[in-house]
Order: sequence, then C-alpha cells, then structure tokens
Amino acid sequence: MSLQKADVERIAHLARLALTEEEAARYSGELSNILDFVRQMEGVDTEGVVPMAHPLDATLRLRPDQVTEADERSLFQSIAPMATEGLYLVPKVIE
Amino acid sequence: MEMEWESVIGLEIHAQLSTHSKLFSGASTAFGAPPNTKACAVDLALPGVLPVFNEQAARMAVQFGLAISAEIAPRSVFARKNYFYPDLPKGYQISQYELPTVGRGRLAIVLEDGSTKIVGITRAHLEEDAGKSLHEAFHALSGIDLNRAGTPLLEIVSEPDLRSAREAVAYMKKIHTLVRYLGICDGNMQEGSLRCDANVSVRRVGDARLGTRAEIKNLNSFRFIERAIDYEIERQIDLLESGGVVRQETRLYDPDRHETRPLRSKEEANDYRYFPDPDLLPLVLDEAFLRAVRRDLPELPDEKHARFQREYGLSAYDATVLTATREMADFFESTLQCAKSDPKTVANWVMGDFSAALNKSGVELDASPVTPALLGGMIQRITDGTITGKMAKEVFEAMWSGEGDADAIIEKRSLRQMSDSSALEAVIDRVMTDNPAQVTQYRAGKDKLFGFFVGQVMKATSGQANPAQLNELLRRKLTGEK
Repeated sequence: MSLQKADVERIAHLARLALTEEEAARYSGELSNILDFVRQMEGVDTEGVVPMAHPLDATLRLRPDQVTEADERSLFQSIAPMATEGLYLVPKVIE
Repeated sequence: MEMEWESVIGLEIHAQLSTHSKLFSGASTAFGAPPNTKACAVDLALPGVLPVFNEQAARMAVQFGLAISAEIAPRSVFARKNYFYPDLPKGYQISQYELPTVGRGRLAIVLEDGSTKIVGITRAHLEEDAGKSLHEAFHALSGIDLNRAGTPLLEIVSEPDLRSAREAVAYMKKIHTLVRYLGICDGNMQEGSLRCDANVSVRRVGDARLGTRAEIKNLNSFRFIERAIDYEIERQIDLLESGGVVRQETRLYDPDRHETRPLRSKEEANDYRYFPDPDLLPLVLDEAFLRAVRRDLPELPDEKHARFQREYGLSAYDATVLTATREMADFFESTLQCAKSDPKTVANWVMGDFSAALNKSGVELDASPVTPALLGGMIQRITDGTITGKMAKEVFEAMWSGEGDADAIIEKRSLRQMSDSSALEAVIDRVMTDNPAQVTQYRAGKDKLFGFFVGQVMKATSGQANPAQLNELLRRKLTGEK
C-alpha cells in the first residue's frame, strides 16, 4: 500500500507538523513501508488473541483519591511566554 | 399530502465526578479557585510527567454502571484523543475508546402520559476534562485557566432512542437524579458539572433509516436542552421540506437569540486518531472490587419510589416528589420516624409548608432551620390533638425563625387547642348573644352565615377552638337543638 503525498500532508497537518517537499516525499515512502509491514502481519491468524493494549504484562496502578499537589502557579508561570492575572495568555482562539 | 416527521435524538452527557483529586494527578478539583492554582505539572503536561490513575473515579464509574444494569468491562483501556486547542496542554485528551469501563445499559424514564420508556445507554467512559478559555477580557489574546484540566468526567452516551425534546429532558433529569443519588456528581449544571451534547435528526415516519444528524454542543440547563432541540427539529424539517439537505455538523445553541448555528466548519475536526495511551496500563477491575461497589450501592431512585408507595401507602405523585432527591427522601423518612403519625400527614407537611419555606428563603435542605426532629415533633402535636392544623402553621413559622421546638412555642404562645367543650359552649353562647340579627337571619335560612359564626368564635378563642368540635357545637346551638 502506498501513501500519496496528499495523505502525508493531511496527516502532517493534523499533527501540526510543517514538512518540506523533500520530507513529504521521504515520509510517504517510509510510512508506506510501515503500512506494508502491517499488511504482512495481517496474514497471521490472530483468532482468540486479545489485542495488546500495552507491551508490559501488568495492570494499571490505582491511586487513592487524595490531593497531594500544592499550588505552584508562580513557578510554572515563570517559564510561560505570557501570563497575567494568573491566566496563561495565547493568541486569540475563538470558535 | 403533508408527510409526518419523526425526530430522533441521542444525548452525550458529561458528568463531572465528585472526586477530591483529578483523574490522573493529585491536584484538587475544587471549583472556583483563582486561575491555575489547581493545575499541577501533570495537568500542564510539562515534559516528563506521567499520569497516575485515581481509583475513586473507577469506583464511581462502576457505581453508575451497576445502577443502569450495564455490563462492566473487566478490562478497559485508556486511549488518546488527539486535537489541538490551547486549553488542552497535552495535545490530546485521555479518554476511553474501544474498551470503555461501562458498557451497554438502560434507564427507565416516565413520560408525560405516565407511561414508562426504556432508554438504551450505549456506553459510559472515563475521560479527563479540558481547561477553560476566556476570550472576552484581552485584546487579540485568550486567557487560559487550567484548573479544570484533568477533572474526571463520565461521558454517558445514549442510544438514539429519544423522540422529542421533552423525552430528552426527562432522560437528562433522570440521569441528574441518579448521579446525585449515587453521590458521584453534584449535578450543578450552572457550574458545568453536568452538561450534554444532543445529536438530533429527523426522518419521515415509517422510515427505518436515520436522517443526517447535527450535534448541538454544550447544553447546560434543562430549559436550554428542550428549546435547542425543538429549534433544531423545526430547522431540519423546514430545510428538508423546502428541498434542502441537512449537513452533518456541530452547532451551538444561542439562548439569547433562541437559535442554533454552525460552528466554524472544521472538516478534519473529527479525525481524532485515537490510539491506546502508552503511558497507561489496562484498567482491570476484579470481582472483589465489583462486589464491594455493589455492596455499598445506595437504594436507587426507582426502588425508593416503589417502596414509598408500597410501605407508606403514598400516591405515585407524592412518591415522585419525595424521592426527587436522596436528601428529600431522607428528610421525609426521618420526619416520619419522629412524628409517629400517618405517612400522608407527614408527606403533606414536607411537600407543602416545609418545601414552600425552603423555596421562599432559598435555603438548601441540609441548611434548613427546621430539622426532621422539629417538624416531626410538631406533627406529633397535631396528631395527638394538642394543636389544630391552623395553629401548626403558626408553630411552623415560629420554628422556622428559630423560636425553639413545637412544645416550647405552644407553651409560650398559649396555642393549646381548646378541648374543654363547656368553655367552648360559653364562647358560642356569647357570640350568639352579641349577634342576634345574624342568628335570626341564619335561622331564616341564610346558611352562609355559618362561616361568620365560626370566624367570630375563632377570633374570641384566638384560634384555639378545635374546628371539628366547634362545627358540631355551633350547628347544634344555631339550629336550637339541645
């Protein structure tokens, strides 16, 4: 299976990645290879095999419901590009 | 010939779970704190942080699942839902996709005609809330408050089983009652603790296929849900009847203008590229966990509603009012226990004067100055004949303003009902002597004057006459019987 350049551009846009022409060409080749590999794996009989959600054979650790974090706003905001009145400021977004 | 239309509605309800800390961090979920003081490194997605799951959120999701007779997944998986927005610092929301914790369930709602309808619930999954963007205060900038980021949500997705805005509201109300009974969500719609998106489509009656749906986002009051859905149904029917087509899109309801309008078109917005979150292992809930949750489940609204009718002989209406919230039901039962009177009398007081006083003063039930012990004690004094129902209203008001318990108020205000019939007879005699003209008129057939005499006697006894006794004595004396 081969990905077209337009597919790669769309995927890159969804991930907010800016690709040069050369990168787009290179990635469409590399991503197509990955898809070919997946196609190859589809040939394996996986009847009755539970899909793997995580490579570690372990389950989620449960944390008791307790507040353990103190307010560190001023520390966090000291590295923010812009903040005022406790709010982080970003270029205007409106739907 | 005009064709009939049928509307098809499904709701996605977001219930904020009442945990102390967030879904994947130890930051507080407290509402209304100064901006960003409850947003820790995990909520801010600073490099190197990892999510650690809050056990209480799983317990609450399972509680809900059991209450709607749903399948609880022994193993569920968290997935990343990818999109970019400044109030979502990670660039993805941790949610559940293919394997949610709560699977297929159902909920019964009562329709306006009194019939019951079963609404299918497709699933309920755990996910984290985003922060808040404030667009108003700044020029060319948006302010971001991440206090809400990471707050646990249970997203409850219904089947497209609802057929009108009214049905949707009835279903939403039922969920509202249920989550509050379970104590898993405070149900505060104004603060956004419970909000919903409505998927609305229309089709010709008899058509098996679903029409194209529009999704109305972020409805946060019962009234808005009803109005927005009604508007949207009408919009779609008008559109189709004039030869147009409904576009699949997301719309927002504007309550001020009473209309829905499309969000800026984002064709790719729905391409969330879900995949299992590699930072999180599968959530496995064993039998012991489920047993413990089941054991601690409170009596549910429908069970309580049935029991109130069966055990106390109350009407379906009374049972509905009294079980509307768990607090109200508890208040009624505690009062009944203190009153040692018949349930209907207690129900009338709780639903009547007591609820009216709560509404009028805007006081919450748990802050009421009149406790079950006080109200029950007063009702006991009505039942044992110490005071009349009318005096009780005065006693109740005095209790409400903090003058003590019923016995103290009865004593202080000399509200004791007159039970000595000879004393009452003396008053009646005096009233008749003072009003000879009215006596003559009454005896000549002017029956309406009976009320005049009752009023005079009540006035003379400061309302302490027993009404039944007064009626009987008065009638006898006026008609000249001995």
